[in-house]
Amino acid sequence: MLHIVNKSPLTSGTLESCLNTMVDGGDVLLIEDAVYAATAGNAFESKLTAAMGRCKVHVLMPDLEARGLGDRLMAGVASVDYAGFVGLTVNNKNCQSWL
Amino acid sequence: MANIEVGGKSYETDEEGYLVNLGEWNAEVADYIAKTESIEMTDQHWEVINFLREYFDEYQIAPAVRVLTKAIGKKLGAEKGNSEYLYGLFPYGPGKQACKIAGLPKPTGCV
Amino acid sequence: MSDNKKFMFVNRKAPYGTIYALESLEVVLITAAFDQDVSLAFLDDGVYQLKKGMQTKGIETKNFSPTYRALEDYDVEKLYVEKEAMEARGLSEDDFIVGVTVLGRAEMGKLMDEQDVVLSF
Repeated sequence: MLHIVNKSPLTSGTLESCLNTMVDGGDVLLIEDAVYAATAGNAFESKLTAAMGRCKVHVLMPDLEARGLGDRLMAGVASVDYAGFVGLTVNNKNCQSWL
Repeated sequence: MANIEVGGKSYETDEEGYLVNLGEWNAEVADYIAKTESIEMTDQHWEVINFLREYFDEYQIAPAVRVLTKAIGKKLGAEKGNSEYLYGLFPYGPGKQACKIAGLPKPTGCV
Repeated sequence: MSDNKKFMFVNRKAPYGTIYALESLEVVLITAAFDQDVSLAFLDDGVYQLKKGMQTKGIETKNFSPTYRALEDYDVEKLYVEKEAMEARGLSEDDFIVGVTVLGRAEMGKLMDEQDVVLSF
């Protein structure tokens, strides 16, 4: 299953809710303000790193670059472009958007 | 938007003839709307209208036809809880037509 | 219908502050007409949608919470509330306007994973 998150983990509990609820083996895609979660040194970094053991985390690169943080991607997060975004939705059986 | 005149008072309706302000509804308005739908109100009609008003009061929605039919059957008996009986009273649909006369919005899920 | 699909509506927003809760409820009522396997999940602030005793006169907004009680008439009978979210808000099952099944977060995640279609609100 694909989980899409678009809120910064520093102002919203959305990403945390997603990680707490999802079953192991799923994909998480960080888009829009959620890309801040995937930057080196952010306060949520350790929680995201911990989640990587049981799910795959992706970040939408254009959103990260737009925010001036294209060079701060933390280790272990896969970067995707828009085609990669589409690929994730196609390759998963279903999808939840954590609005 | 349009208006209907009943007993010297003006009531606002939408372009399909549904009453805009549900609180303004009264029996006289119901009779008037029924006439525009070519329906002569009888006790059987009123039974359905009153049922709809009560349903709306309790659940805040006008039920879909399928739901209305089932609920009427539960409350008024199987001989009334069927489409034949309800369409007999309201030929253009117990959902649309009866809700209009009852001063309720169009049923949710009704297109 | 042979290709009956499993639909889950995931509700995560409090009522009134945004339009999500009401929009979700309206889509649920419409979907119910298509004879599918529909379930509703209430996570995070979404559990506030089911709080009983709402009085909305003061904010001049329609109180749509009684409509959750009509879902049964629409054959929508699977309502799930996330246990951790409910407890984090000082609520218990007795606070809800309808009967629900309370599930731990892990079970909720599993149920979500099993759906054919997830509608997110």
